[in-house]
Amino acid sequence: MNNSVIQINNLTRTFGENKAVGSLSLEVNAGEIFGFLGHNGAGKTTTVRLLNGIYSPSSGSSQVLGIDPQKDGPALRAQTGVLTETPSLDERLSGYDLLAYYADLFTIPKDTVNDRIMSLLTEFGLEKRAKDKVGTYSKGMKQSLALARALLHKPKVLFLDEPTSSLDPVAARHVNDLIERLTRREGCTVFLCTHNLVEAQKLCDRVAVMQHGQLKALGTPADLTRQYIKRQNIELEVEENQIEKTNQILVSHPDLVLRTPVLEKNMLLVTVSGRDAIPEILTLLTVNNISVYRLNPQEVNLEEVYFALNGESK
Amino acid sequence: MKKRTLFAIMLKDLKVAIQNKGVIIPIIVLPVILFVVLPWVLTLIPTLAGGTFGNVQSMESQIGSLLKNMPAALQNQLAGHSAPEQMVIFILVYGFAPMFLILPLMVASVLAADSFAGEKERKTMEALLYTPTSDRELFVAKILGPWLAAIVISVISFILYTVMVDLAGWISMREILLPNLMWIALVFFVAPATAGLSLVIMVFASAKAQGFQDAYQTGGMVVLPLLGLVYGQIGGVMYFTVGVVLILGFVFWVLLAGLLSLASKKFNREQLMIKNR
Ligand SMILES: Nc1ncnc2c1ncn2[C@@H]1O[C@H](COP(=O)(O)OP(=O)(O)OP(=O)(O)O)[C@@H](O)[C@H]1O
Ligand SMILES: [Mg+2]
Repeated sequence: MNNSVIQINNLTRTFGENKAVGSLSLEVNAGEIFGFLGHNGAGKTTTVRLLNGIYSPSSGSSQVLGIDPQKDGPALRAQTGVLTETPSLDERLSGYDLLAYYADLFTIPKDTVNDRIMSLLTEFGLEKRAKDKVGTYSKGMKQSLALARALLHKPKVLFLDEPTSSLDPVAARHVNDLIERLTRREGCTVFLCTHNLVEAQKLCDRVAVMQHGQLKALGTPADLTRQYIKRQNIELEVEENQIEKTNQILVSHPDLVLRTPVLEKNMLLVTVSGRDAIPEILTLLTVNNISVYRLNPQEVNLEEVYFALNGESK
Repeated sequence: MKKRTLFAIMLKDLKVAIQNKGVIIPIIVLPVILFVVLPWVLTLIPTLAGGTFGNVQSMESQIGSLLKNMPAALQNQLAGHSAPEQMVIFILVYGFAPMFLILPLMVASVLAADSFAGEKERKTMEALLYTPTSDRELFVAKILGPWLAAIVISVISFILYTVMVDLAGWISMREILLPNLMWIALVFFVAPATAGLSLVIMVFASAKAQGFQDAYQTGGMVVLPLLGLVYGQIGGVMYFTVGVVLILGFVFWVLLAGLLSLASKKFNREQLMIKNR
């Protein structure tokens, strides 16, 4: 409990009639990459603003690094970094001057400012463009600069609002590598808003799935797939002359096997009722003296969880 | 209140603002035309009028009727000059006074429009809101920057204007016309209040506006009462004497204090974020 960095209790924020965030409760642990998933309008950005003391909650409360964002926003924001949805960069400043401006606002010790800026610009491959106006940067360079700004003061908690949505795959991978490195190396906690599920699955220790301001699911990507995916495909390879027998065993267990298995290149494609069915089927086949050479569960990803959840709500 | 934060915001806003043509024209071009070029053009009138056009008579009768309605102090200063000279002195020393107030008004409102509405237009406010600045620091920095700039530009323009008027006046009639008490009260007492007022009005206008131009047009409504003053002066309804200037200044300051406290109450992060969406 005491290593949780973000605590959210029944946090609610309405705009007129519209509940942008409704009774949200969750905790984020120190050093984890926490994925905050949800489609457009799910309440991700609103939550980030609430957690940084920009919006006040309609009801409920939150604590970030032990600070109530409502009570001491400045002290909190000195320790959090936020990569906003749009880069929010002043295009009339040079990259260097922009970072120097924020170094002043984050009161970074003056004698360390230059080194810090140069090392970030170098890390993001912007050192040659440091003196150019931000308006001349490409989209990816702007996003990198915005990320450099979010990291400038070595925040303890980093909020990233769709960090890779405007980037090409190479730049996106670079950003994702950086996020991983940061958490592992500097013990930074990351609150990652995204609707890129593949990315979330790869990066995140735990994820929350939001829908219309409501928390729909919370857990590790593996937990969620176990919990929500009630159908999984496996490839099964057995002794060739036992295929017929195997088939019979499988179809006689409709609780475990959802469809008649299909034979393809000496391999049975079996659709089973979720992950938990796999060991049961294996036992079943073993007791019946079937020689199993290979049992290959096909990967289920968050995307399927996400759609399963969305289907539920319809 | 962190000094470093205030300075950083004020300097950055200024640095960014002067890259906007809509800002540069009123704060550089306007004072140069009004306060450097115009005095010379005007002092040429007596020479031209006396020489080529020879309509001194009609000018005499005009200035005569103007003179009769003027306060005694003014009449004394104009006594002993030819009619065209009286006209020039009147325009340079008195007629220009209300015009001068347009300068702090323009500078302050144009800078405020760039800093508030421009920030909204360029979508740069959000990142600023995520910094450890307090709402109060943001408010003070955003108000103080354009205000100080307007005051500095007013003072510089006043000095320029004084030098120009005196040079021209000395060459054409061997007389030092400025500064006088009325102008000093105008520049150091009324002008800062005028700048502050237009600034606060612009802050309110920016909250509604979509961008720099939009805010600037809405905020430009403050120019109208000032133009009223100019015409009032010319129509002989009201002359800028020390007393009038002091009263005007006092009224402006009281108004400003009221609007400032209203604005500071409405000014918070949440409002800035919502209005900047
Ligand atoms: N300032 C505001 N005024 C009115 N409604 C708002 C405001 N901010 C957010 N909302 C509403 O709250 C809901 C959640 O918005 P939010 O921006 O938090 O979603 P999001 O998950 O970040 O979406 P996206 O993926 O599109 O960025 C939306 O219905 C949005 O219209
Ligand atoms: Mg969003």
